[in-house]
Amino acid sequence: MSSHVRVNPIACEAHGMCAELLPERITLDEWGYPVIDDTPLHGSQVAHAIRAARACPTFALLVERERAKSGSGRR
Amino acid sequence: MNATMSAGTDRRPRADTQRAGSALPRVLAGVRDGAHLTLAQHDAVHGPLPAVRGRGRRHAREGAARMIEEIAQSGLRGHGGAAFPVATKMHAVANARGRAIVVANATEGEPASLKDRTLLELLPHLVLDGGVLAAEALGADRLLVCVCDSSASAYEAATHALAERADHNESGVQVELVRTPRHYVAGQESALVNFLNGGPALPTFTPPMVFERGVARRPTLVNNAETLAHMALIARHGAAWFRELGTASQPGSALVTVSGPVVHPGVYEVEHGSSLASLIDACGGASVRLRGALIGGYAGTWIGEQHLRTAALSNDHLAAHGATLGAGVVVLLSERACPVAETARAARWMADQSARQCGPCLNGLYALADTVAELVRGEAGPTAGKRIDRLASLVARRGACGHPDGAVNMILSATEAFAEDFSRHSQHGPCELCSRPAELPLPARPVDRDARRGAEGAR
Repeated sequence: MSSHVRVNPIACEAHGMCAELLPERITLDEWGYPVIDDTPLHGSQVAHAIRAARACPTFALLVERERAKSGSGRR
Repeated sequence: MNATMSAGTDRRPRADTQRAGSALPRVLAGVRDGAHLTLAQHDAVHGPLPAVRGRGRRHAREGAARMIEEIAQSGLRGHGGAAFPVATKMHAVANARGRAIVVANATEGEPASLKDRTLLELLPHLVLDGGVLAAEALGADRLLVCVCDSSASAYEAATHALAERADHNESGVQVELVRTPRHYVAGQESALVNFLNGGPALPTFTPPMVFERGVARRPTLVNNAETLAHMALIARHGAAWFRELGTASQPGSALVTVSGPVVHPGVYEVEHGSSLASLIDACGGASVRLRGALIGGYAGTWIGEQHLRTAALSNDHLAAHGATLGAGVVVLLSERACPVAETARAARWMADQSARQCGPCLNGLYALADTVAELVRGEAGPTAGKRIDRLASLVARRGACGHPDGAVNMILSATEAFAEDFSRHSQHGPCELCSRPAELPLPARPVDRDARRGAEGAR
């Protein structure tokens, strides 16, 4: 199972903490909003990503586990 | 010729409904001037609404499954813009946990589109039939018909139609009419569901997807009003009949709203895959020479005049131009208009229509609009093109909804379709056409401040 980072753009208020804590995946655009590399995280990056997500003041950064995309809504 | 005339620009139906070709009209069959079809007239044109669910539990389940299967066989795709396969959506709702709700989306926030309000205004029973059928197929007990606050006559016709049906409601589906705010993104699926749940009509972050957890936290099928009208016809005539028109991957017909310099602008029914030229002919032809067309709406794609004779109205054909039919919109631009100035106004309008929830959309669309506006004034400098490309790639796919992507698509396609005009403006500033009045139909802005205030309050 692989994980990737994702941002909730509605919640994000451009504090920029994530880019400080996870620069290998996140840079900031000219307005201070995160630009995310959402390819699967390498093993050692997952812990860093989770730390960055916890540090986000608006909880806008998410570390998502890859879900099987069935499209059926079944769990 | 395979386009059928229906409604005029001023949102009043036209008297002279033309029947061109034997297979069309389908959706627009029986359209009359000025008044909606009564239930009796509707039944006379289409025959009564077939029952989906037989008596008894097992028959009900089988009937519902058959209905979804028929939709799957028909290849019906959504007419709200994304052309998503309808049966896939229905399966997702059917398989989700909880009792389903169906939403008929006639909000039509796209300013260049009139088809959904026209449909509801003239043929409300066809939309209601489709909504009830979808509800029965999913075992839903509620159908919410959403109409934009600005479409008073559509709302009136739907109200009247519901009263007519009240005596004959055998399905047990409870139908409610809902007025929705007028801004552009209000009809976006998650925004509409958020509104129906008592929130502002603004897009929400997904998941949850609305088919899993939508209105009242129940699995929700949101379908465009025209999609439901096609569904009502498929239930009567079958999937094979539906596929007699259209292309393999986009069967059937579509309502298209044509605006711009043609003799009879309005809503037309066309076969998927028919030529844009035949549609323009059906509109009485262009009244002046054309410069290009905006296909799909303000989130759509510009094509230049050299493609107007060859373009065909299906997503397969339009893919060659990087376009899709979207919600069925064709805006024609005359040679009297400056495409760069028109793009600048459209870009600014799209920026204004941002829900202002996502930073990249809000900042990026204004930055793009400013750059195009500077370009019109000749103040953008030689790097304007590069800046537009860079901003476009920075904005796309970074919003909670597709609004920024659509705006970017429209702006980038303009820079390609009218490349010479863009480069001339960046070198020499405004042309003699720049000061002419705007040709693209855009409502005054800002459209709906209340929804935004609501959003800020909720945060």
